[in-house]
Amino acid sequence: MASLELRNIVKRYKSQTVLDNLSLTVADGETLVLFGPSGAGKTVLLRLVAGVIDPDEGKILIGGEDMTDLDAEFRGVGMAFQNFALFPHMTAFDNIATPLQAKHSSQGTIKTGVESVAKLLKIGHVLSHKPRALSNGQKQRTALARALVGSPPLLLLDDPLRNVDAKLRFEMRLELPRLLADRGATVIYVTQDYKEAMALGDRIAVMSQGVVKQLGTPEQIYREPANVEIARLFGDPTINLLDVKPSRDAKGIYVGLSNVQVHLAGAHEAAVGRDCVIGLRPEALAFVDEGTPGAIPVTVEAETPLNEKIVTLARTVRGREILVSRPSGTPGQSEGRAHIAVDSKSALLFDRASGERIGSKNVVNLRSGEAA
Amino acid sequence: MEHTSLLERILRGIALALVVIFFMFPIVWILMMSFQTNETILRIPPQLVFEPTLANYTALITGKLMTAAGTLDIAFMRNLCNSVFLSVTSVAVALLLGVPAAYAFARHKFRGSEDIAFTLLSFRFAPALLVLLPLTLYFQKLGLANTYIGLIWVYQLICLPLILWIVRGYFEDIPADIEYAYRIAGHSWFATFRKIALPLAGPGIAAAGLLAFIFAWNNFVFALVLASADKQPVTVGALAFITSSGIQYGQISAAIVLSITPTLALALYAQRYLVEGLSLGAVKG
Repeated sequence: MASLELRNIVKRYKSQTVLDNLSLTVADGETLVLFGPSGAGKTVLLRLVAGVIDPDEGKILIGGEDMTDLDAEFRGVGMAFQNFALFPHMTAFDNIATPLQAKHSSQGTIKTGVESVAKLLKIGHVLSHKPRALSNGQKQRTALARALVGSPPLLLLDDPLRNVDAKLRFEMRLELPRLLADRGATVIYVTQDYKEAMALGDRIAVMSQGVVKQLGTPEQIYREPANVEIARLFGDPTINLLDVKPSRDAKGIYVGLSNVQVHLAGAHEAAVGRDCVIGLRPEALAFVDEGTPGAIPVTVEAETPLNEKIVTLARTVRGREILVSRPSGTPGQSEGRAHIAVDSKSALLFDRASGERIGSKNVVNLRSGEAA
Repeated sequence: MEHTSLLERILRGIALALVVIFFMFPIVWILMMSFQTNETILRIPPQLVFEPTLANYTALITGKLMTAAGTLDIAFMRNLCNSVFLSVTSVAVALLLGVPAAYAFARHKFRGSEDIAFTLLSFRFAPALLVLLPLTLYFQKLGLANTYIGLIWVYQLICLPLILWIVRGYFEDIPADIEYAYRIAGHSWFATFRKIALPLAGPGIAAAGLLAFIFAWNNFVFALVLASADKQPVTVGALAFITSSGIQYGQISAAIVLSITPTLALALYAQRYLVEGLSLGAVKG
């Protein structure tokens, strides 16, 4: 059983600060997803925890024990690398067996251990192959099996699905959460794919330029992103962002969209009179009949059916592009003039200059790693 | 495969044949000379058809050289043994020292590591003759002149930089993640070096060892100055065939054939392993 605690971690390469005073806590048995663009410091963070690189400042506690100065082999973590990092001169069996060999397990224990994890990951039939004879999917599963085989209390998965094809990625996205939950291990999972992050994470830490920008459940990150950047990273199709200046009248706070006053539900007091950006999820928009209160006139430009949903690109009278997403089979407009209405409850307001969300109630307390 | 015309294939064949003849001619000529007596060799014009004789080889192996001036003792077989001993030991020592050093230079960037590595390489820039005089004086003071240990030590000037720089490159080509993965699996750095780095750099180490062996084998000037007759390798020993009664072309040829045989055999044997190359199938793609 192992919780993980990172205290004020600083890592610099030459003059560049890769991790800037980062603190993070992962509870025992929790899956934390590190999400962010490349160069955000996710992989560096993972390697620090694994012990293959040392932090310049700060402490790393695994299971409550200070492991900052301990070499990688004593930390008892399992890690799967993005590039798989299989040992090319060993068979898949021997690759998977290495953590057990390090514990000086008996031949019998090793054999049972490797075979059971191989069966779980459906690579039992390729155990005698060397990595070069494996497909990418099999390599990825072998790497994962090697990380899992010793039942480490802390698992570090560095974008393990990055280099596999879309079909396998989809399958693994479904399989992995169950697999990880069964193991009961604490997991840190690095990814650049927001769907993976949403599917796998108990919590998601959104990283950018060496700091955690937001920490919260997938639901929180999606519904209440801390800033425009995070709002844009989560969601497909991407969120609609339009410049607005909220005002107040007798009915409450409203924004002007194509000369139509759209009243917003929720607490947006702080936004009144400021230059803002409104974030509207494509699925929070719907086609309505002309004359519906708050209906915004648009021209439909293009329509893309994506099996389970249909995404429509429309243009407002002021020429701004807007994406509308609706489930397949629901009524909509595929061309010409149309009207859309906004689900005002889900509208997000961001400060135009800083990009921070206004009225954000989930203030991130990074010290304790808790999202209030 | 692209279709090539008959003419093109013929021309290519001729071109290849010319290259092969150009490079192989001296070797073949030496091989032919080694089966002839001095008289037939020196006949003008030279003849391709002759009655082969094994006299040269018997002379070398028995150590008795018949010349017009009488019988001469030659230590060729001993020289050959010296060559084998010196080269094998030098390469072994160089591998023992050079491979761990190469690993350190490849994986651990420490203060001055580049400078040290470059200094070691620079030993190869200096002309041997420049080093020889002071070296000889030192060796005589230290009692290392005319000893196997002294020679093997000096041979490190040839072998060590070669092995260090070639093997270092091979270690650097191994993705660090592969080694990290082994460490994280719970193995010590030494186990990682032994079980991961060494096998993966194996072809490189073999290639460097082979090259170092050939360089050590072919060395002439160090052994000429620092070793007396009983410690001399074949390269120096071959001088004995320039006798007062003339140059023994037949014996020299036979000696050359015998002395290139070990390196040639080794190269042919090791070739298979060298060509196999690094199998980096584990990393992406």
